[in-house]
Amino acid sequence: MNAALELGLLYGIMALGVYLTFRILNFPDLTVDGSFTTGAAVAASLIINGVPAPLATLAGAASGAVAGLVTGVLYTKGRIDGLLAGILTMIALWSINLRIMGKSNLPLLREDTLMTPLRDAGLLGGAWSILIFAVAALVIKFAIDWFLSTDLGLSIQATGNNEQMIRSLGVNTHRTTILTLAISNGLVALCGALIAQYQGFADVSMGIGLILVGLASVIVGQAVFGRRTIFLASLAVIGGAVIYRLVIFFALGAGLNPNDMKLISALLVVAALLLPRWGFLKRVPSLRQMRSNAAVKAN
Amino acid sequence: MLLIENITKTFFPGTVNERVALNDVSLQLNTGDFVTVIGSNGAGKSTLLNMISGKLPIDSGDLSIDGSSVKRMPDYARAAYVGRVFQDPMAGTAPDLSIEQNLALALRRGQRRGLSWGVTHKRRAFFREELLSLELGLENRLKARVGLLSGGQRQALSLLMASFTQPRILLLDEHTAALDPQRAELVTTLTQSIVEKHHLTTLMVTHNMEQALRLGNRLIMMHEGQIILDVDSERKATMTVPDLLAEFAKIKGASLDDRALLG
Repeated sequence: MNAALELGLLYGIMALGVYLTFRILNFPDLTVDGSFTTGAAVAASLIINGVPAPLATLAGAASGAVAGLVTGVLYTKGRIDGLLAGILTMIALWSINLRIMGKSNLPLLREDTLMTPLRDAGLLGGAWSILIFAVAALVIKFAIDWFLSTDLGLSIQATGNNEQMIRSLGVNTHRTTILTLAISNGLVALCGALIAQYQGFADVSMGIGLILVGLASVIVGQAVFGRRTIFLASLAVIGGAVIYRLVIFFALGAGLNPNDMKLISALLVVAALLLPRWGFLKRVPSLRQMRSNAAVKAN
Repeated sequence: MLLIENITKTFFPGTVNERVALNDVSLQLNTGDFVTVIGSNGAGKSTLLNMISGKLPIDSGDLSIDGSSVKRMPDYARAAYVGRVFQDPMAGTAPDLSIEQNLALALRRGQRRGLSWGVTHKRRAFFREELLSLELGLENRLKARVGLLSGGQRQALSLLMASFTQPRILLLDEHTAALDPQRAELVTTLTQSIVEKHHLTTLMVTHNMEQALRLGNRLIMMHEGQIILDVDSERKATMTVPDLLAEFAKIKGASLDDRALLG
């Protein structure tokens, strides 16, 4: 249960990245499946080669940002459909990630990672580490809240909300789109780097289906906690990531095996999208809001 | 100020759908000119505005603002000089952002957007003052989502956002056409007072001939991609809608005669 909370908070960082593209930019970015692993691969390789863990983690995040930048350039300058641009980068990253890692799995067991101090102090799995991870996730959440309320952040919000309008006010929407994709994938890769250190290995397939985890976190979290303001919406995303891990935890406890989890994720997203449209749930305010938004989109 | 020289624009060139939207159009606007543009559907009015704002590239000809050519400048760069209000009241504002956030976006028109707060106390006071001039009570709803406003309110806000940084040129593309008569009248009145207040050089497309005669100091009529009539302020002051229609019939008849003769 504690491990589920820890994982949920760590994955909250990835979910915040997905929130930036999926909700703010209105762009379903599939790059994350690849960039998550890239972050893990870069951080793990560097740590094994003796680079200090904090630096390796930052390098992992930066490599994800580059991946996001590539998707952004394909989408804007190359005018490739957003979904396809993400898929192209994601698939290409599979080979790149294998090149970075040299083999399909890199163990970090005897290396000095960001998690080593926590593990040595016996904090992992306890209340303190949950608190530390919560603070880390919240720091990033508040940084995003602040960023989105700056002049630049507002122009990013407007890019996803009404592109024609913000261009007519002098914003190069190609640049805001690329920047957002880079930040988003940077966060996803940062999460990948942290997860690799947390679980003690990087694996080339660790990012498969991750976009669904991100979407589930965003959609479930915002259905439960609401999304009226940026403050609430980004908090809900972290909450959603934790809920997701708890659902997985209980599903495993109920006897399902880890290979069933992709199916559970998909069902969770479908449920979060469909349930608010049905009778008794219509009365829940935040769900009702989601439903009306879905209706607007459908029109 | 704004100089348009021999602009031509053809849509779908080389296909059966080929359509000449602008045919060798030239136009000069002086600082402070408020020009109304009328013409039938497909006359090229909107295309002309799209050429000036940079939304569509120009086939041939040149376009300069304050003496320097902006022909190759992309739309977002040209936005530093050109403010625009669209026909669709939904087009000019971001619905999920608040009134003050929308205004903050408009305030940075043509400027670098960095990491300083979008809405500050100082800016908020300025926004309140500007909204007061709309007389819609929006100054008390700064934090309301723009998507909650009515079409008329959104269009008034769009007008404010397009004009309050005093761009070199203000383009109004039938910006009252999608509103009910009462709201249209309100936005028209606001347009008049805002243009006068900032002495904005303005180009306003309208379908409403009466409005075209009442507003501005100059009127041009377009037909089939050309400017066929250019009325100065003196003549415009005494002109009536029937006069305008008669003028249109006369010119159109003449061009038909020409074609008949050439044919």
